[in-house]
This record gives sequence, C-alpha cells and structure tokens, in this order.
Amino acid sequence: MEASHVETLLAERADHSRDQLIPLLQEIQAREGYLSQAAMTELAAALETPVASVYGVATFYNQFRFAPLGTHVIELCRGTACHVRQSLALQQHLQRKLKLRPDGNSADKRFTVLNVACLGACSIAPVVKLNGEFYGHLTVEKLDSLLDDLEGAAAGGGTAAAEEGSAA
Amino acid sequence: MTTSLLLQPCCAKCTHSPGQPCPDLISCLTTGPICHTDKDCSQLRARRLAEVRRGGDGAVLFVGAGTCGRANGALRIMDKTRAFLAAHDLPVTMVEVGCVGYCQREVFMDLQPAAGPRLSYCDLSPENADEFLDTVFVKGELKNRFLYGRYPETSTTGTAGTAVAGTSTAGAAPVGRTVAEGSAAEAPAGFEDVPLVADTPFFARQTRVVLDNCGLVDPASLDAALAAGGFAAAASALTTMTPQEVCNAVMASGLRGRGGAGFPTGQKWKVALDVPAGQKYLICNADEGDPGAFMDRAVLEGDPFRVIEGMLIAAYAIGATKGYVYCRAEYPLAIARLQDAIMQCRKAGLLGANILGSLTDFDITIKQGAGAFVCGEETAILASIEGGRGMPRPRPPYPAVAGLHGKPTVLNNVETLANVPGILRNGPEWFKELGIGDAAGTKVFALSGRVRNTGLVEVPVGIPLREVVYTIGGGAPEGHQIKAVQLGGPSGGCIPDALLDVPADYGRLQELGAMMGSGGMVVMDERTCMVDVAKYFMEFIRNESCGKCTPCREGTTRMHEILLALTERPVGDEMRRLERFRGLLHLEELAETIKDTSLCGLGQSAANPVLSTLRFFRDEYEAHIMEDRCPAGVCQGLRTYQVDNASCIGCMACKKNCPSGAIVGERKNAHYIVVDKCLGCGACMDACPKHSISLVA
Repeated sequence: MEASHVETLLAERADHSRDQLIPLLQEIQAREGYLSQAAMTELAAALETPVASVYGVATFYNQFRFAPLGTHVIELCRGTACHVRQSLALQQHLQRKLKLRPDGNSADKRFTVLNVACLGACSIAPVVKLNGEFYGHLTVEKLDSLLDDLEGAAAGGGTAAAEEGSAA
Repeated sequence: MTTSLLLQPCCAKCTHSPGQPCPDLISCLTTGPICHTDKDCSQLRARRLAEVRRGGDGAVLFVGAGTCGRANGALRIMDKTRAFLAAHDLPVTMVEVGCVGYCQREVFMDLQPAAGPRLSYCDLSPENADEFLDTVFVKGELKNRFLYGRYPETSTTGTAGTAVAGTSTAGAAPVGRTVAEGSAAEAPAGFEDVPLVADTPFFARQTRVVLDNCGLVDPASLDAALAAGGFAAAASALTTMTPQEVCNAVMASGLRGRGGAGFPTGQKWKVALDVPAGQKYLICNADEGDPGAFMDRAVLEGDPFRVIEGMLIAAYAIGATKGYVYCRAEYPLAIARLQDAIMQCRKAGLLGANILGSLTDFDITIKQGAGAFVCGEETAILASIEGGRGMPRPRPPYPAVAGLHGKPTVLNNVETLANVPGILRNGPEWFKELGIGDAAGTKVFALSGRVRNTGLVEVPVGIPLREVVYTIGGGAPEGHQIKAVQLGGPSGGCIPDALLDVPADYGRLQELGAMMGSGGMVVMDERTCMVDVAKYFMEFIRNESCGKCTPCREGTTRMHEILLALTERPVGDEMRRLERFRGLLHLEELAETIKDTSLCGLGQSAANPVLSTLRFFRDEYEAHIMEDRCPAGVCQGLRTYQVDNASCIGCMACKKNCPSGAIVGERKNAHYIVVDKCLGCGACMDACPKHSISLVA
C-alpha cells in the first residue's frame, strides 16, 4: 500500500533531481499522513541518494512526522502573541484532558496535538487550527466546547463526517 | 480562475494577446486604446475599468476573508449571505477580499451600493450575519450598529461608476424592492456624517502603501489589480528604464530590507547586476518564521499581484530569469492565492518569455518551506531550495555573488518587494518623504498581545512607538497597564513602556537592544512575566537552532537551562540558591559569547531577548532569584497553593490528580500541600469539588 503511493508519485513527476526531495517528501506526507520508513527508503533509491540523507533532511524540518496522525489534528499555536495570551494553559489542558503521549497522540489515537510556532494569526491569539480550520480568541472553555462538538458529531453517526466538514 | 474582462479586445483593431507582447499593454488597458482612436472603444474600456474598480456592476459585498477573517467565521458568513441573497432574489455580487488590517473587529464586510459611497461594516459573525443582512437589504437601514465608516466615493467607484450602476440596475428589475436601488436615490447625500475609514482612530495615523489594496481589492483578480494601478510601474521599468537605472532608483529611495537585517535593497541588487553570469536567481523570502509576525501572510493573501510586480521589477534590475517564492507551508491560503495570481499573470503575458515585448524572460515557482525558523536566513533558504537541510553557511561569498547553485541570487522579503512598485511609480523622492526624519518609507507592524486593537498597521518608519501602541493600538485593555513591547521576535528585544517614545527606525531600536526585525510587535502588560518571556524565546531558539555551530547549539541549551532553574523553586539547601544566582552571571557571559561567535544571524541575535530583559527588567530576575517569587504570577514553578482546612472534605481528588505526589492527607481529613514537591501545575485546584484550593498571592 505505502509503496504504491511513492511509485505513483514518482511516475507523476518527471523531475527526479535532488532539488525535488523536499517537495516529494511533502507530497508523500500529504498522501499518507506521515513519512514511513518504507516510503523514505524507496524515495532515496529513486533519487539515488543515501537513505540517511533523506532521513536527515526529513528530521531537520518540523513539518515532517514519522508516526500516523490521530483522527482529529489540533495544531496549537505557541507563537509569542499566543504565549502572552496564555496558550500554555491551553496546551496543559489538552495534555491532561486527552492524555497525550510524548509524540502528541492521545492514548486512544483519536487526537493528535501538534505545537506550532507560529500559525500567523497573532491578532486573534490564542489560536488553534482544528482539522485545518482556524479558531481564535480561545479560552479553555471554548476549546472544550469545540472538542465537545467533535464528539457530538462523531456520535451522530453516518452523516456526522459530512456535517463536520461543512460546519467547520 | 476568473476570465479577464480588461484583457478582452475592445474591437477587431485591438491586437493584444500574450502571443504578441506589446510594451504599451498596461497603459492601453487602463487609459487606451492607444493604437486606434475610436470613441466607442475608449468608452467601452472606461466602462470596463469602472466596473472592475467597483468589484462588479450593481451592488457589491466585499467580505474580509483572510486567514484571520476565516477564523472569525467569514466563510460561514459568506454561506449565510449566499443563501440570503438567493432566498430574497437579490442581484448582489459577493467578492472575497483579504484582511483590511483591523483584525480585532473582524469580520469586515463592505457594501458598495448601486450608487453612493462604499460602506464598511465590522464586528460581524455567523451569529449576527442574518440580522445584518436583514437590516441592510430588507429594512434598508444602511446606517446601523455594524457601520464602521465609509470610503471616499471617487476612489472606489471611479468617474464612470454611477453610469455603470445606472445602466445595470435599470436592467435588473427585482432590485427595485431592495435597498440596492432604494438607497441609490438617497445614497449620495446623507452619508457625510459617517466618518471616512481613513479618519477613524485605527487608520488615521497610518500611511498605507504596501497594504493599500489589502481588504479593498479582489486579490484573486488580475483585472482588479490592474484597475488599481498594478503593473504600471513594472511596464514602465521594463520598457523605458535600464536595469542600472532601476537599481539606482531603488538605491536613491533608501529602501532597506524589511525582513529583519535592514540591508539597503538597491545596493544588493547592484552587486548582483554587476556579477556577469548566464543565470541569476531572485528569491522572495516568505518564510515568515518569526512568531508574532504575519504581515507577509496578509500581503500575499490580500495583494499577491503587488508582490509579483515587485519581483518582476527586481528580476529585471538584476537580470534574473527565474524566481522562487519560498513560502511557509503554514500559510495554505497565501500559497493558493499566489499560485492563482501567477497563473493569471502567465496567461496575460506578464510572466513568461519576452514580457511586454521587452525581451525580458521571467517566471516564478513557489517553494513550500517545511517548517524551520533558520530558513529565514538567506544562505539557509538556498540550502533548503537545493533540497538539503536548511543550514546556513559562512558569508562571504554573499548570495548576490554566489547563491543558488553557485549563481548570483538576490533574496528579498515579501514586504521589501511589495514596496518596489510604489517607488518606481511615484519616484524615489516620494518614498523618502514617507518616512520621518532620515528614515525612508513605511513599515508594516503586526500588533498583537495585550493591546486593545490588534491587527496590521502600516506607519512611516521613524514614528514613535508610543503612537503605534497607544494611538493606533488603543493602549492596554481596560484596567491594565502596558509593561513592555517586544519587537523583532526571537532576534529582538523588549522595550519598556517608559522608553516607548523612541522612533521606530533601524538604528535607534538597535541602540535599545531591540530591532525592527520583520515587524512583529507583541504588547505585554503587568500580567506578563519578563523572565518567562526570555525563557520562552530561549526555548524557541534552542529548538530551532540548526546545530551546525557549537555556540548556538550548546549555548542556547545552557541558557535555557539556567532560565528554567530561575523559574522553578529551589529545593533543598542554600547551595541551590547560590547556583541560581551564579546562573544569572553565566547568562550574561554566555549571551556575549554566543553573540560574538555564532555563524549566522539567528545565533548572533539569539541572546537578545535575554540581554534586553536583563537590561530593563533586572528587578524581575532578582525577585525570582532572591524571593522565589514571580511578580506577574506567571511562572508555574514558583506558584504556591494552599488548601483551606475548613472547607476541605478529604475526598482525595486532589491527591489522586497531583502528578508529583505533593499532597498528603487521609480520607475525610483535611489535606496539605508539601511546597517543596509541588510543581505548581494547578491540577489539584481544577480537581477540587469544593474549591478549597487556592493560589497564594
């Protein structure tokens, strides 16, 4: 399964020069959600570079992840403005509420919390990006109600996913 | 992508097409036709231009839907508006625009009625959108509680604006029962008492050059950019000036890099121009990694064509044929807008081969950054574009001599490039005059933190900071007092309230240990702990240090450790206390060493936040060390909690939730907190059902 993503991607793009390493890694992550060892090995072979140098580049940048994401992704902004506006409290709240592990995934794999600096929406700090949508001026209570909405949508059954998409 | 109205030929005589580049294309589109003199054609063009300037014919709604607007529900408002307009069968065009800059009062929605001035409404949300639409379009009350101000009529409607509206509304019958026409008769009069947007406190002290179109003009339409005067400067540069003259003009204007270092832009271009090479590159640095800054995002989202025009001029000036925009992946909307804008420019022949018949070739590729703060450094960007780890290398050779793939490469920040078209259109003298005193031009600041009005402000370089924070920003929130302003992000420093009269120019800020930086301005009040801020930045730099040179890699780690110790309670004997005091001395020594010996700008400036807080807020450091006390009550490690014995029921909820086992007590008996073991996390306070646990002041 994983291998096929890399194969199709390489077939789609004619340019296999070293310059393309980062865009290719980004595309693999966009398709698979993370960079697996198999995918990086295959990419290295195709670009005729050592696997170590692909891994070296991938680990250098904050964007790349090496474990699958949870169902819901929360990007918590830890920029200066958010820090001054108490985003640490949000972070600690999520930590406790979702019982996060060191890699940012919750124990039940439903949530992934990523700390980001910065999302660039400082004027409405503190900010989180929940499943790709920005939410500003947050408090612990507002964050809780956002998460509760997700729970509600999930409990709603079949149509929930569609609702989530449009309501967000 | 919208099809261009302006680029359509006016009649058979018009021969403009991307296949036949013409030096007069831009002036022909906006003031033409030039090659023939038919009156019908010039009228047709004027009508088209007027329509584009208004945003469409009839009534138009502009919705501020940048990233910040979207976070406040702009897209949901648009959905509601679309449904409302359909339900009431109203012929109103809706245009998505970028952020006008006043993020505090978002969502902004502007209404351009069929006739009359463009009106701006704010504080909208998905909850009150229906009320607003009902008030405006059913009740016909244009002056309502959401009204923020009006725009001068000429700038948005153009001279032919009313004529266009007249002809089109006559055709659209249903408008008659709506405000779209009802107001048309009254609109021109009766709005004099509504303040002009430019006269309102937030905008009055601003000089908007880079942000001129942001929030006003459709960022997804090349037509709109052209109608607002876009690409006129590029056209005249490419067809009437030599590269040398362009470099000289930019040099004479005094424009300095707006990304942080403040190197004179014209000088950089000149160096690259003078290096003979077959291939040269231009890179637009949109890797706005500095936490607290978001002007590049706003400009790319709100006016991508201005950046493209700036790049085109810069490329011509240095002889580059290939350009890159290195943009953060965290800005998906900016990337999408820019990509769309590049496609439109290619289609119109403003990018590609033989642009405007000038034998200039130039094209732009977007490179998405993968998240590394150090990639704001110019040699690190080059390494990243070449597909490697984004690590800086020693300079010289400077990128302008040997950059990407060893070829001469000029790197400019988004805001720098966005300033270029204005300089060429209005002349270097105009740009120089914009600044106060010796400084030239304007600077966009991202105002955020503990201040009443957050948002993007563009002010003359050299304006006193106090004016930005208090007059435009409105000062601290009710009942609070501003303590300091942090400028320049992790490379900058904090300026205390007492010194805010300093003019915001490159030199004077540096004297105070801060820097202009990319323009992030985070306001802090008495609820912010300066030691905590220093620790925050040091943690950031420690995480983002690329690890190439030792002073930065090891030094920032040690500095962070020391700061961590300062913000935690010393446990045990007096030695620990003494070590904390010694740590403070080491902090200064380390800071100087890192500054002197680091390889790149990131390392050299890494210690600035610590040095500047030490300089101005030494008393806070001393309170942490000598009294184990955080004056602002921020540092968790120094917090002390107590249990109220009288109300404690001994349920043991706090004991179970304490991560460090700091709570002792038996069931049904009052509990106690062992201060030395307490981490100060507050989990016990949250868990207590009787609210018996409180923070000791």
